[in-house]
Amino acid sequence: MTDQPYNFAYLDEQTKRMIRRAILKGLAIPGYQVPFASREMPMPYGWGTGGVQVSAAVLTPSDRFKVIDQGADDTTNAVSIRNFFRRTAGIEVTTKTTDATVIQTRHRVPETALHAGQVLVYQVPIPEPLRFLEPRETETRKMHALEDYGLMHVKLYEDISRHGHIATAYAYPVKVEGRYVMDPSPIPKFDNPKVSDCPAIQLFGAGREQRIYALPPYTRVVSLDFEDHPFEASKADHPCGLCGAEDSYLDEVITDDAGGRMFVCSDTDFCETRQAAGHRGKDAA
Amino acid sequence: MQTSTPLGGGFDTPATQAAMAFRALMEAMARPGHIETVTGATPPAPLSPAAGAALLTLCDAETPLYLAGPCDTPALRDWLAFHVGAPLVGPADCAFAVGTWADLQPLTDYSIGTASYPDRSATLIVELDDLGADGAVLRGPGIKDTAALSLPEKAAFQANTAQFPLGLDFIFTSGQRLAALPRSTEVL
Repeated sequence: MTDQPYNFAYLDEQTKRMIRRAILKGLAIPGYQVPFASREMPMPYGWGTGGVQVSAAVLTPSDRFKVIDQGADDTTNAVSIRNFFRRTAGIEVTTKTTDATVIQTRHRVPETALHAGQVLVYQVPIPEPLRFLEPRETETRKMHALEDYGLMHVKLYEDISRHGHIATAYAYPVKVEGRYVMDPSPIPKFDNPKVSDCPAIQLFGAGREQRIYALPPYTRVVSLDFEDHPFEASKADHPCGLCGAEDSYLDEVITDDAGGRMFVCSDTDFCETRQAAGHRGKDAA
Repeated sequence: MQTSTPLGGGFDTPATQAAMAFRALMEAMARPGHIETVTGATPPAPLSPAAGAALLTLCDAETPLYLAGPCDTPALRDWLAFHVGAPLVGPADCAFAVGTWADLQPLTDYSIGTASYPDRSATLIVELDDLGADGAVLRGPGIKDTAALSLPEKAAFQANTAQFPLGLDFIFTSGQRLAALPRSTEVL
């Protein structure tokens, strides 16, 4: 049921127009961070204010909306954002990846392949991939303008010289269509290959940092690497304890104080769908 | 249906109709060559319903607008003043421009953004007699292999793409249908 005192999808129309213009420019310049006048939302920064604003600007009354937080539909963040739009936009919500038309995500790409017509909205904490290498916005903006990404390669090289391999495991930098270096948000690098050549539209919203960027469908997204140290999408080397999947990203769950642990799919919908189809892992009850 | 007073012809339910029009615009911009249908706006002639819906959805007091050539009529100015409120300016200062392909020339008048802020570029809404998935072959982000779109010409869009990441973005409108061509698309 829609709470009548609110405009459709909470935000006022002028704010939505401003966000919509930023989304269109973002789609026209894949990987470029478009500044936008981020609003205060009824949730703290870091809880997805950017993603929520992008979702509010994108949702229509006929959408089915799904929210995941680290792959899970049932965590506080996911439940509260889903309820927020169920109340303020009166839209249908779902936990099924295949049924959803708009999916807001924090730090995961669903395991189930997305299809054309879907929109994936990422919550982004720090949109600037160069920020921890160069704190000044004036400088990083110049570096993007000049396509000066040597510093990022030095950082990856230093990883190799210190650890023997590229130790960046999440928010792994990518290059979009051979032009802009982009932060894919803190998704595990396991998810990076799914970002490239994806049939769905991918939108990235950073509320505190006031940036929106986007990837149109079928955009070429390459994880940065070296010829002799090629990019590798890594995951815990176990099958899922509940559904037995060997190709999904896993969470490690501590089960007791005696060293007991289990590995389970981080994507709850993927895991539940597999269990419903009869797949069982070694820890399944 | 054309309206006689400037008060009519806007969205009946602005929030939801603008949301649906935007989804059509976003799908069009994300999938160059893909043709969408938008409804809900009936602007005064000669503006098409699709161009009217695009202006209602994207423009407001923060977006300077250029009306090119014969579409700069008193009736349209009144309609825009009531429904959109965008300041009307010349091509050099506009964020959005609307008109036929011939009336919008020369393209060098419009802002293509700066190296630091390529998003500060104009979006041109080009009114076409007809819009079809044939003609120029397109390739680039948003297109699986290739797509086709009935562009008014090729050379101007090839020159525009060559400036990437700077450049203009185009929305083509005809009746209730629209398609888009961002600067990232290569016209073969």
